[in-house]
Amino acid sequence: MKHLALLLTGAFALALTSCAPPAARNTGVYLLIDTSGSYNRQMSKAEQITLYTLTRLQSSDSIAVARIDTGSFTEKDIIAKATFDDRPSTANAQKRAFASRVEKFIDQAPPAPYTDITGGLLQAIEYLNEKHPARKEILILSDMKEELAKGYVRDIPLDFKGFDVVALNVTKLRSDNFDPRQYLGRLDDWRARVEKGGGHWRVINDLDHLDGLL
Amino acid sequence: MNLSNLLTITPWPALSAAILLLLLMAALYFARGTAHQLLRAAAAALSRGLRVAAHSVIHAQRGLAARNREVLLAAGRESKERLVEREFTRVADTVRKDLAGYPDMHRRLSEAIQRIEEDQEEAAEVPPEAPGWAQAVKVVANLDARNAGAEILADIHKSMVKAHAEAMDDYRKASAERHVLLRRMMPDWRSIRETLGHVNKSVESVIGRSQAIDRHMQEYEAIVRGEDRALSVLSSSSIVYFFISALVLAVATAGTAVNFTLIARPMAEMVGGTNFIGGYRTADIAALVIIMVEISMGLFLMESLRITRLFPVIGALSDKIRVRMVIITFLILLLMASIEAGLAYMREVLLLDEMATNALLRGDAATGLVNSHLWITTAAQMGMGFVLPFALVFVAIPLETFVHSLRTVVGLIGIAALQALALILRLLGNGCRHLGALACRVYDLPLFVPLWIETRLLAGNGSGSWKEARS
Repeated sequence: MKHLALLLTGAFALALTSCAPPAARNTGVYLLIDTSGSYNRQMSKAEQITLYTLTRLQSSDSIAVARIDTGSFTEKDIIAKATFDDRPSTANAQKRAFASRVEKFIDQAPPAPYTDITGGLLQAIEYLNEKHPARKEILILSDMKEELAKGYVRDIPLDFKGFDVVALNVTKLRSDNFDPRQYLGRLDDWRARVEKGGGHWRVINDLDHLDGLL
Repeated sequence: MNLSNLLTITPWPALSAAILLLLLMAALYFARGTAHQLLRAAAAALSRGLRVAAHSVIHAQRGLAARNREVLLAAGRESKERLVEREFTRVADTVRKDLAGYPDMHRRLSEAIQRIEEDQEEAAEVPPEAPGWAQAVKVVANLDARNAGAEILADIHKSMVKAHAEAMDDYRKASAERHVLLRRMMPDWRSIRETLGHVNKSVESVIGRSQAIDRHMQEYEAIVRGEDRALSVLSSSSIVYFFISALVLAVATAGTAVNFTLIARPMAEMVGGTNFIGGYRTADIAALVIIMVEISMGLFLMESLRITRLFPVIGALSDKIRVRMVIITFLILLLMASIEAGLAYMREVLLLDEMATNALLRGDAATGLVNSHLWITTAAQMGMGFVLPFALVFVAIPLETFVHSLRTVVGLIGIAALQALALILRLLGNGCRHLGALACRVYDLPLFVPLWIETRLLAGNGSGSWKEARS
């Protein structure tokens, strides 16, 4: 009788565990591509990173690719977005379609006069928070030099709690070669800003070794 | 009060220490008897407690051994009963088969014998006709007519030669007819020989079975009597069965793992690849459930076929319901196997799709290449998906053996563990007793001076009365 009671208790506990809302295990990725004049030559690398990211994502994961231009805090700058289906075959089809859309954009991307990185980050935070993924990654493909058009206010605190922000292929500008402190200072500023917002900051410049990414 | 304070009872610390030492020795000497009693009593109590515990463990071990013996004998009895029952069934089948054909066989034998008798009667040799002319020749020869007698004799000779030729012809014809009749008997003889050979074979089979039954019955009687030899044989057999069945179950588990790998991926297409139940993927759980259902169906099938006897309820069902159960479980298994074959095919399709997508995303140039021999792996996967559920059906047999032998093996392990525990407890008990004696000696060690003086005094008195009074 005691054994039966124990068994029933175990079964009940298992049933309770099973009925509990499942914890999220998916990943959300938001890739920001700098389309400013100073970075436009690196677009092929944007495609490479997008395809690599797609190979790493699984069913139920979300991805969005957006460009950084003069005013990036808008849905219009999102080039492609998708949340992959539960079924692996459908997810594969979605990945192929997504890759095709990004490829098409890369071929026709017009250069932007300004670089609104903060706006793009705000848009990324908003998008990923809506998706409620377990892991949130923002990938930025840019030289990280923000140039705002007149009238754009971007001096606002960003909430990066639970976010991993990865700056990829951060190229050096001509001026950085004269004074490397500018480059290092730019990276330090962004690091401070992300970490102040509660996020985790990383820089990966060697695109041949993206193993640590995702 | 610490040691430094104690050393200040006199102005000289050494003297203080000596006084303290003397006092301590005196105290220890006077408390020696009581201290020894205390140490011995404590050691004896501990020793007794441990020995009682050892006795309890031995008692439990004997109880377990008796239970194990009963279990083993019961299992042996049941096994032998099954064997004898099976042998009787075979004998019954043989007898039934032969007896069912006996009237026909008897009729055939009777007919064959009757035919042989008839043929034999017909083939009886008819003696050639007695020569009627011999007496006439004798009479004519005695006649007293010379010339007429010669002619008559010539005619008679002629007639006799003719009659002889006719008789020889008749004889040859009759012999030929007899040979034909004898030849006609041959198939009947062969038929009789074959029939009797068949009867002989059946009788030998029944004799062989009866010898086997005798042997089983002797073993059964030995088990019923609870002979140690029978118990030893059963025990060793049980251990062997345990290890063999465990090995086969391990192989079956590996087969289950392969089966799981075959269907886990495509199950994600059916129930989704990202749903979780209690930390486990729903697709994996669904795949496992399918395999478990297959194994359960296999168990029921084996039970319905009365190959295993894990569920007495199924064994006790009527034959009609059992046959229905066999058909239903087999159909469910067939359905499951077909589903698995389909899932195995789907797995290959999904794998190819994923590989193609990844190759496309990686920008590999070899995306267009398709292995022309890929159908072999696809067919192999489908074949495995179809065959494995049926192969897992036979898990029921080693499972039954494992379950039955497990009771004995666990009992034997329990007995060994209890024996070891009893031994340890007894050793500890004895150790405690000796430890008490050792503690008394250790207590006496600092008192060697007063004890030496006491011994000298006793030796000086030369009698044991003082010693008795002292103790």
